[in-house]
Amino acid sequence: MESVLLRARGVSDSRSIATYLAAGGYEGWKKALGVGPDAVVKEVLDSELRGRGGAGFPTGRKWSFVPKDHPGPRYLICNADESEPGTFKDREIIEHDPHQVIEGIAIASFAIKANTAYIYIRGEFVRWAKILEKAIAEARAQGLLGTNVLSSGFDLDIWVHRGAGAYICGEETALIESLEGKRGFPRLKPPFPAVVGAFGKPTVVNNVETLACVPHIMTRGATWFASIGRPRNTGPKLFCVSGHVNRPGVYELPLGVTFREIIEEHCGGIKGGRKLKAFFPGGSSAPIMTAEEVDVRADFDACAEAHTMLGSGGVIVLDDSVDMVNVADNIAHFYAHESCGQCTPCREGSDWCADILDRIAAGHGRSADPDTLLRICRFSSEGMTICPLGDAYALPISSMVNKFRADFERRIAGASPLPPKKLPVLPWTGPRPGFGI
Amino acid sequence: MTTCPLVVAPPETTANVTFDKTMDDRIGEVMRRYPTRRAALLPVLWLCQERFGWISPGVISAVAERLGDSPAFVDGVVSFYTMYHTSPPARYVLQVCTTLSCSVCGGRELVEHLKAKLGVGFGEKTPDGSFQLVGVQCLGACGNAPVIQVNDDYYENLTPQRLDAMLDELREGR
Repeated sequence: MESVLLRARGVSDSRSIATYLAAGGYEGWKKALGVGPDAVVKEVLDSELRGRGGAGFPTGRKWSFVPKDHPGPRYLICNADESEPGTFKDREIIEHDPHQVIEGIAIASFAIKANTAYIYIRGEFVRWAKILEKAIAEARAQGLLGTNVLSSGFDLDIWVHRGAGAYICGEETALIESLEGKRGFPRLKPPFPAVVGAFGKPTVVNNVETLACVPHIMTRGATWFASIGRPRNTGPKLFCVSGHVNRPGVYELPLGVTFREIIEEHCGGIKGGRKLKAFFPGGSSAPIMTAEEVDVRADFDACAEAHTMLGSGGVIVLDDSVDMVNVADNIAHFYAHESCGQCTPCREGSDWCADILDRIAAGHGRSADPDTLLRICRFSSEGMTICPLGDAYALPISSMVNKFRADFERRIAGASPLPPKKLPVLPWTGPRPGFGI
Repeated sequence: MTTCPLVVAPPETTANVTFDKTMDDRIGEVMRRYPTRRAALLPVLWLCQERFGWISPGVISAVAERLGDSPAFVDGVVSFYTMYHTSPPARYVLQVCTTLSCSVCGGRELVEHLKAKLGVGFGEKTPDGSFQLVGVQCLGACGNAPVIQVNDDYYENLTPQRLDAMLDELREGR
């Protein structure tokens, strides 16, 4: 497949606006300004573009939920808070082609009639925040952003807003709270952000890769975009492959290739001639898949049929040297650290799972532990929490226990009981507590 | 009954902070980007961390006053996020990714190597104050595992040998 989103990779000086304009950049933006917002929304609807951040929701439909009669202002937010373990595609797009993102933001803002857009980028990405700020300044200097863009009467400002280290801020309502200067606590839905979002106004939050697709849809048309991939799963997709493969990295492939193709053909197979044991199809929040499931197609619907999800397209490959207890332990700690703490099932459950898995890994597992893990996960998933972080830890952990139970039982079989803990007793030397007695 | 303070705060944490003209202008410029004053909180805290090195209680009070929020609210926000330093950091903060892809691709060995070489554990500083070791969650560079972020910069595809060379370079204050 020809390179679309990553066409600038390997081009010299690919980040500058001159290079981008020479390659036909900002033509989609000019075309959008000519045809008007409704035609832009229709084009994106027809392309069947689905959100690349994880949920796979149709982008055009998300845009069309913004109330038409709202007096405004409205906001567009570009979600560059890339934090899902195994995902590093947005960074690749910004590194090589920041103007593609800026153009996508401009078109999307125009489609929903927003005059202000924010790019919420994760705090660690200092370098990439600077790249974006430079690109915005270049576009502004060319009159492609700012007041009365290209004499169309449309005003647009884009600001880069840096997060400060919180996975949860990738969830769109937590992101909005964080943008408003608060702790990143997800909001109850409904109301959805398209109706009540940032600063109480209609807001659309789109992922970097989703927005990067938009200029191509405008210039080359919805039919061209829909011809890539499979029905209802259209377009190119960036797959980030990490773990035990010979050539890890970001690959641009049509939706619907099989995971076998990704791992064996594009990534050169498993490192060191070992065998594939398991892989996460879309970041560590997706239920794990076994080596037998490697022929499943990498698209939204096929993954859903296989009881997992394509998520962000972060494929983490694990060879037969890994023990699933350690994998589960590692990701349980990630979610225990990143749970925002609002909902009890997620805050406590992720911590309990991490504790139990620590104990199994330390050789003190108990025979009831696998079932206890499954029970904790059941009470944390499928609508028990405000946001999907409850599912995000519960589904992969329960899938690991279900699919690789032998690993857990082997560790538990050779386990010794946990030595009794001696509670520390601290001598109290200060004043005695009490009511002045 | 006598009362005694449980913790004696070191003087630098209680020092008052005032913003000079340049800083005040920069804060004003940031505030114009948002419809509410509160929304400028995260960027203003970043400016303060850049200027003062860390977010001291003095900074929290000054920011709260400037944005019209309470110090308690600002403290609540600061403590939610992991990247604001609430104590003075070392010259180089080594943030080692400990999440899955890095962990299975040599990250665990890298952590052991670092701990042995620097003689400190996670969350600790070397006695000379030049390095601080922090274990962090996914840095979003899994394809180039293992990864360490040193202050603002990413160092990717590390091996113990490359790590040693990197530490030497940093020590010389390149």
